[in-house]
Amino acid sequence: MSAAARKPFAGNGWARLGWLVLAAYVLYAGSLLDFTWQRFIDGLGHGQRFIGRMLPPDFENWDAILKGMKESLEIAVLASFAGILVSLPIGLLAARNLMPGWVSWSARGFIALCRAFHPVIVAIVFVKAIGFGALAGIMALILASIGFIAKLFAEAIEEISLKQVEAVRATGAGFLNVIFFGVLPQVLPRFIGFSTYQFDSNVRNSTMVGIVGAGGIGAPLFVAFQRFDYDVVAAILISIIAVVFVAEVISTRIQRIFGA
Amino acid sequence: MTAAAPDGAALRIVGLTKEYRRGVPVLTGISLDIAPRGMTAIIGPSGTGKSTLIRCVNRLVEPTSGAIHFEGRDLTRLRGSALRLARRRIGMVFQEYNLVERLTVMENLLCGRLGFVSPLNAWLRRFPPADVERAFELLDEVGLAGFAHQRADSLSGGQRQRVGIARALMQEPGLLLADEPTSSLDPKTSVEIMSLLREVAGRHSIPVLVNMHDVELAKRFADRIVGMSGGAVVYDGPPSGLTDATLLQIYGGESWLQ
Repeated sequence: MSAAARKPFAGNGWARLGWLVLAAYVLYAGSLLDFTWQRFIDGLGHGQRFIGRMLPPDFENWDAILKGMKESLEIAVLASFAGILVSLPIGLLAARNLMPGWVSWSARGFIALCRAFHPVIVAIVFVKAIGFGALAGIMALILASIGFIAKLFAEAIEEISLKQVEAVRATGAGFLNVIFFGVLPQVLPRFIGFSTYQFDSNVRNSTMVGIVGAGGIGAPLFVAFQRFDYDVVAAILISIIAVVFVAEVISTRIQRIFGA
Repeated sequence: MTAAAPDGAALRIVGLTKEYRRGVPVLTGISLDIAPRGMTAIIGPSGTGKSTLIRCVNRLVEPTSGAIHFEGRDLTRLRGSALRLARRRIGMVFQEYNLVERLTVMENLLCGRLGFVSPLNAWLRRFPPADVERAFELLDEVGLAGFAHQRADSLSGGQRQRVGIARALMQEPGLLLADEPTSSLDPKTSVEIMSLLREVAGRHSIPVLVNMHDVELAKRFADRIVGMSGGAVVYDGPPSGLTDATLLQIYGGESWLQ
């Protein structure tokens, strides 16, 4: 046998070509975007002045910040609650190992639609459709939640052990009972994990949708930016950091309770 | 209510065939009558259709043709809820136990009652007190008293199979199917599981149809041996009638017999 036929690893020519193309594109795009050292040095100076004007943070309008923050939290909690609730059945319908093809493909199509746009773009659409305010933000984040949770939930279901499902089915259990005892116990911890992660995301996104008029702390933040009130901006940013941090602690606690 | 087919068999399989791929039959017209009492062991080489035969009975596998009479109905013709109702009467024990790993032992036992409980009550774990009572009794019976709240994934193989047997008995079945119940267990545990299976089936008067690799184990515990080869029955009789010649016919080769 010739040495060539005894190569221990088969080379993958296509993968190698792919890496080469990627590297070439990165260099090309970098050169195109006026990415110079000089601009970076200048930028540092601007940044320093910007941060200087942020200090000390101005909490004088704390009641307005609190009001905006409360609204953002409401948007996040309501959107998470509704989004998680709707994701459960949609994720189930999208699982190809449990559902006939036409059902799972329609559910997958709907999920893909939810994922297609950034929440802020969806929020713009809803602001146009149902007017300014928190409701538009809630609707936008519900769609974002479905796009994330339902997709990952469906994928988790597709990885379950069908032997456990088969055993439950063999007892004469109906479809829903098979889901409750054969399927959900296998995926519940992961579902809790996705949900709490999305809750985190929703808290962060709920501070964003206000910029396009969909309610919450985003609107005062945007106004403060436009008036160059950088000390107010700093106060709002600090509040957002505090809330996001608390949300993360809560998520971790919830995950621990459910063993996710 | 007639619990058995006219001639007194609990289960009557007639001319059963199964083709996973068209023109390649795995079962070639199997006919078997299973008595209302006792243990029938199906032996034969791997890939000869033992599992397929057992799984056709409760329709985990769809038979291609033939009939399976059980409690006055032809199982091969049932659809939807009629099939569910028939499955409630047939308990099954699996090679790899197939317990729901993340549920407790008690929840796994109550899976055996899922055919009788509405989805809402199942979701809320509201099972009739009589079912829970029975579950505790069966745990005693299979030697797992005190294990009710343990999660299934914390058990050893032998313990899992005991849960599997108890789950099947929870259904109060008229027939018990066991698909290679000892193939994932060590020799000592295998004997324990087979004697438990035989003992509980006797006490609750449930006929057992079991398929297995281990000829010695089958001879020791079964009342009747069905030898299969190439998708057909080549021996059907008492364990004592199983000679080297018949084993040769079932398994082929002969070096393993020495």
